Amino acid sequence: MADTSDTGKRMRIEVLRYRPEQDAEPFLQGYDVPYSDDMSVLQGLQYIKDWLDGTLSFRWSCRMAICGSCGMMIDGEPRLACKTFLRDFPAGSVRVEALAHFPIERDLVIRMDDFLAKLESIKPYIIPKEARSLAQGEYLQTPAELDVYEQFSSCINCLLCYAACPQYGLNPDFVGPGIMALLHRYNADSRDGGASARMEVAGSEAGVFNCTAVGYCSEVCPKHVDPANAVNQNKTRAAGDYFLRLVTGKGGAK
Amino acid sequence: MKPIPRRSNAPVFWGLFGAGGMLAALFGPVLVFMTGIAVPLGFILPSDAMSWAHMQAFAQHWAGKGLLFVVVALFMWHAMHRILHSLHDLGVHAGAALKIACYGLALLVSIVAAWVLLALGF
Amino acid sequence: MNTPDPRRPYVRPMAGWWRRNPFFVEYMVHEATALFVAAYALVLLVGLLRLAQGEAAWNGWLDALRSPVALVFHVVLLAAFVYHCWTWFRIMPKTMPPLVIRGKRVAPGVITACGVAATVVCSLVVLVVAWGATR
Repeated sequence: MADTSDTGKRMRIEVLRYRPEQDAEPFLQGYDVPYSDDMSVLQGLQYIKDWLDGTLSFRWSCRMAICGSCGMMIDGEPRLACKTFLRDFPAGSVRVEALAHFPIERDLVIRMDDFLAKLESIKPYIIPKEARSLAQGEYLQTPAELDVYEQFSSCINCLLCYAACPQYGLNPDFVGPGIMALLHRYNADSRDGGASARMEVAGSEAGVFNCTAVGYCSEVCPKHVDPANAVNQNKTRAAGDYFLRLVTGKGGAK
Repeated sequence: MKPIPRRSNAPVFWGLFGAGGMLAALFGPVLVFMTGIAVPLGFILPSDAMSWAHMQAFAQHWAGKGLLFVVVALFMWHAMHRILHSLHDLGVHAGAALKIACYGLALLVSIVAAWVLLALGF
Repeated sequence: MNTPDPRRPYVRPMAGWWRRNPFFVEYMVHEATALFVAAYALVLLVGLLRLAQGEAAWNGWLDALRSPVALVFHVVLLAAFVYHCWTWFRIMPKTMPPLVIRGKRVAPGVITACGVAATVVCSLVVLVVAWGATR
């Protein structure tokens, strides 16, 4: 619960509301919220829900940029509400909307069914290159082998990169930046042998070639993952798979 | 879950886009400067650098032919691939007709360039 | 039995998306350099056709290149190609696998700088070769 002791400062928080049972389309609703310098946008929304309007819906959990639940458009940019502070809007007003490019379920809550289905499709787990028995010991990995994929394993599925990707907005069939970062996290792991199985997705018409290297996905990532790099490295891999199959008769995609 | 769509043929066009883009980045500025500014003004390069005799000799040499063809064709493939995607960005989505129009224009320019270069003889 | 789905997800329109963020405006500008690359390819193609049509046609094309309109157009083309070059190498670090030299990952800025430096070297080589061959 945010500290309600009055500092005298007020923030005008404009929230894009949408209540499917009564609204034909979303509309902006403004709230005046007292705030102190240590309050995040998430705490501002919690103040609204607790004291001004209990009907406001939004997702949140950890309050510390770990769970990836509170992604929203803040003054038009995809941000985590818990990692964005009200003090950084000196004009005294801030506009908060549901993450761009996703259908709005209600208020600031988006529908992420599409993302979850795509996540399953890329087999987001290690498919061992070689089976080892317990007696043979663990799968060893050098620091250099770890370095190749480590940043991609920091993804928290917050979807900010999807809200930053116009190609996903224009064509929701595109697997998108976050899923490609996770796909690459496993493909690039020295213990993994599932790259050709995942190529069926990466090299498909819904795959990497929908990307036009806008690069904004990597700018907005709160965990310093570089999804644009994952997508574009896999363009090269998918092109290699495309042409090599003509020579070798192999290749993952259908 | 939706079935995974079929394999994309984009690598062919993406490869041409990339090759043309790299060529345009490395050599585009100096080529434009030479043919469009330096030679017409006689600035840095002599104003007869692209004279009939010089250019005939250049275009009749196999290496000159190759360079001219690669520049004209790859610049066009690069540009038309990008323009196709920009149209998509602007809401004009690529159906078969639009793809044929864009890539077809690049193919047409490539064929005309090849035909002219061969007609110039060796 | 069919029960109506009370969920009524609202899909927002994409029209005008690129005007919503300066990052996207810059993206559309650098994508638009393709129009100038295509224009230059067509200028060169016309030159090739004129070259095949004989000396008079070729000299006509050279005269056309000397007109003020053509010169201004080529200055614009040059600006577009330079911008293409810069934006091409700016995004390049994101398009390649990590480059490790002596155990350290090469920084994106260094890769971009190397690309631009390569263009400078290529430009000088072409100019020197053209100057040597035609003077």
